[in-house]
Amino acid sequence: MKHTISVQVENKFGVLARISGLFSARGYNINSLAVGETEDPEISRITIVVHGDESVLEQVTKQLNKLPDVIKVKDFLNSDIIKRDLILIKVSANKKVRPEIIEIATIFRAKIVDVAKESITIEVTGDEDKVSAFMDLMRPYKIKEIVRTGVIAIERGGK
Amino acid sequence: MNGAKIILESLKKEKINKLFGICGGSVIPLFDEIYKDDDIEFILTRHEQAAAHMTDGYSRATGEVGVCVATSGPGATNLVTGLATAYMDSIPMIAITGQVATHLVGNDAFQEADTTGITRPVTKHNYLVTDVKDLASTIKEAFYLARSGRPGPVLIDIPVDIQKGSCKFTYPEKVNIRGYKPKTSGHTKQIKAAVKLINASKKPVVYAGGGVIISKASKELRAFAAKGKLPVTTTLMGTGSYPADSELSLSMLGMHGTYFANHAIQNSDLIVAIGARFDDRVTGRVKDFARGAKIIHIDIDPTSISKIVNADLPIVGDCKIILKKLTKDIETKKRSGWHKQISKWKKEHPISYKKDKKLRPQYIIEQLYEATSGKAIITTEVGQHQMWAEQFYKYNEPGTFLTSGGLGTMGYGFPAAMGAKMGKPKKTIINIAGDGSFQMNIQELATCVINDINVVNVVLNNNYLGMVRQWQELFYDRRYSQVCLGKSHKERVPDFAKVAEAYGAKGITVCKKEEVMPAIKEALKYKTGPVVMDFIIEEEENVYPMVPAGAAIDEILVDMA
Repeated sequence: MKHTISVQVENKFGVLARISGLFSARGYNINSLAVGETEDPEISRITIVVHGDESVLEQVTKQLNKLPDVIKVKDFLNSDIIKRDLILIKVSANKKVRPEIIEIATIFRAKIVDVAKESITIEVTGDEDKVSAFMDLMRPYKIKEIVRTGVIAIERGGK
Repeated sequence: MNGAKIILESLKKEKINKLFGICGGSVIPLFDEIYKDDDIEFILTRHEQAAAHMTDGYSRATGEVGVCVATSGPGATNLVTGLATAYMDSIPMIAITGQVATHLVGNDAFQEADTTGITRPVTKHNYLVTDVKDLASTIKEAFYLARSGRPGPVLIDIPVDIQKGSCKFTYPEKVNIRGYKPKTSGHTKQIKAAVKLINASKKPVVYAGGGVIISKASKELRAFAAKGKLPVTTTLMGTGSYPADSELSLSMLGMHGTYFANHAIQNSDLIVAIGARFDDRVTGRVKDFARGAKIIHIDIDPTSISKIVNADLPIVGDCKIILKKLTKDIETKKRSGWHKQISKWKKEHPISYKKDKKLRPQYIIEQLYEATSGKAIITTEVGQHQMWAEQFYKYNEPGTFLTSGGLGTMGYGFPAAMGAKMGKPKKTIINIAGDGSFQMNIQELATCVINDINVVNVVLNNNYLGMVRQWQELFYDRRYSQVCLGKSHKERVPDFAKVAEAYGAKGITVCKKEEVMPAIKEALKYKTGPVVMDFIIEEEENVYPMVPAGAAIDEILVDMA
C-alpha cells in the first residue's frame, strides 16, 4: 500500500542524509520525497511517499522517530488530507496541435508556462490521479521531458 | 579558552579521566592540551580500532561512558569497526575525531574523510562541529545521547581550526532535544495485561538479553524469576544478567544454546522477552520460533518490538522499572509440572564434551573457571572459542562476560580486556581468544606492556579459523577453503609465546592436559603486564549443540551422531 508520511525535522545539515540513509540501509523504497522549510525556520518538513505493508510502515515510522533530529512523524493513512504534486511537462507541439493541447490544459486548470516553435511547457498541480490523467492525455503528443516535485500533503481542518 | 581545552574541560565535567587513541595531524592542538593536563591519562594504542574496542570494554566493564580519540581520515575510518561493534551491542561511548580545517572540508584535503557520513549508520548520532561556540553544548548532548534510552556510540568530528579557535567556556547544565524523549516507565495498562498473562501461564520462559545488563536490572530479574518460578534463558549479550548456577537458569538459547533452553522455548505457552531483540542467531527459522507461545516484549527501543517476531504484548520502557512493577503484581507460583519437564530435558542433554586424554578447549575453560573461582571478567574474540567461553565458564554477575554479540568482531576481545582492566583494575581479566582472532589486534601487546596492563590472553589454538571450518565440515563436505592458519597441520604460525616475549610480555605454551592447571596458576600469578597462553588444542573440535542455519531451534544437533 502507498503511504504518505509527513516528518518534521530539525532544519540542520545532514538531516536529509540521515533519513535517506535510513531508507536505503533498511531496504525501504521511497516513491517520492519533498523537503522544505516550515513556518518555523528551525524546522523542515519532509513528505515521503513509501510503498509497503503495515509491518514495514510500522518499522519505518518507528525508525524515523528514533532519530534525534526527527521531531514528529505522521502517517497520513487514515487522515483526511489534501495532497499536491506539481509537474512541469514539455510536450512536442507544432502550430497544428497547439490549440488542442491548450484546450486540454484549460480543462485541467493547468498553466502554459512556455511556448516555443516546436514545443509547449505546461505546469500542472493536483493530486497524483489528476497529474497522471493529464500525463496520459499528453502522451500522444510526445512528451519530451517531465519534472515533478513529489507529493506534499496537509491535513484538512483546524488541526 | 581554546577549543582543545574546552574539549578536555567538558570531558572532565563528564567525569572522564582516561582517553584511548592515537594522535595525528588534525588533532595536534588537542594533544597539546593533553600534554599540559595532569588529570587526564592517555593510553596510546597501536591501532585506532583497538582504541575503540578498549573504550567499549571500559564502558561495558564499568557501566560508564568511555572516550576514544583519533585523527581525521584514516584515524577516523579505523574507528569504524569499533563503533559498529558498540552500536550493535548498544554500548555507550564517545569518539572524538579531528577533521581538516573547516575551509578545507569538502576539498579532498590531506587525510580528509567524510567522517560523519561514513559513521552515520554505525553511531547512535554524530556531529560535525563548525563553530567553537557549539563545542561544549555538543559534547554535553553527545554524552546524554550515548547514555540515555537505548545507549550507543556517539561521534564528534572537530575540525582543527575549531580546536584552535577560542570562546568563553560554559558547560550547559541541561540538555533538551525536542525529537528525543525516551520513554522509561512502561504503559500501566500494558503492564497490567502482562501480569495477567504471566499469572495465567503454565509454561512460561523468560528470555533475557543485553538490555537487562545495560539497565542494571539483574537484581530485579532475579526477584521476578524467583517469585513466579520462571525459568530464565539468556542471550549471548544477556550472559551474566541471570546467575548461571541458579536452578531456574536455562543458560543460552539459539544456535549454540542448550538443548533444554531451546526445547523450553519451543514448548512454552508464554515468552517474556526482556531487553532482547530476537536476533537470527536466537530465533532460528522465525516462523517456527516459540510456535505455541504468546509473546510479551519489554524493550526501551520501540523499533526492536515486532521487528522480527510479532509481539502480542509490547511494553516500551526501561527493563529495571518494568521488572519491578511486574514483580510486585505477579502471583507466587510453583509451576512444578513445567519444571519437572525442564529437569528431564536438562538430564537428557546437558552441555558436555568428550572427556579423554586430549587437550580439549572446553576442559581449559572449565579449569579457568576453577582457578578464578568464577570471579574473573572474561572477554572474548569471535568464533568457536567465544561459544565455548559462554558454555563452560559460569557467569553469575552482570558485566563479567564481554563479547561482540551483534557485529561479531574478531579482534575485539584483547583490547576490550585492556579497557576492562583500566576500568576495573582490581579484577582478574581474561581474554579467551582463538588463534585467528587474536592476530587481528595482536599489536596491542605493545600498549599493554608499556602501560603495565595486566590481562591474560588464553589462545585456544586449533590452527584454524575454527567456526568457518566447522561449517565447512558439516555443511560443505569438509572442503576446508582458506581456513587453515598454519603452514601445515604440524607447523602452526606464529609461535604466540615467542611473539609475546618479543613484546616483553609473558608467553606460555601448553600442549598437554595435565599442564593446564599449573600453567593457568602461573599466568594468574604474573601481575606486571600481559600474558599470552598458547594452548595447542585439538584441531577439529566442534561447538555443540548446534542449530543449523535456517532450522527451527528444536532441530538441534547435540553432537556428531
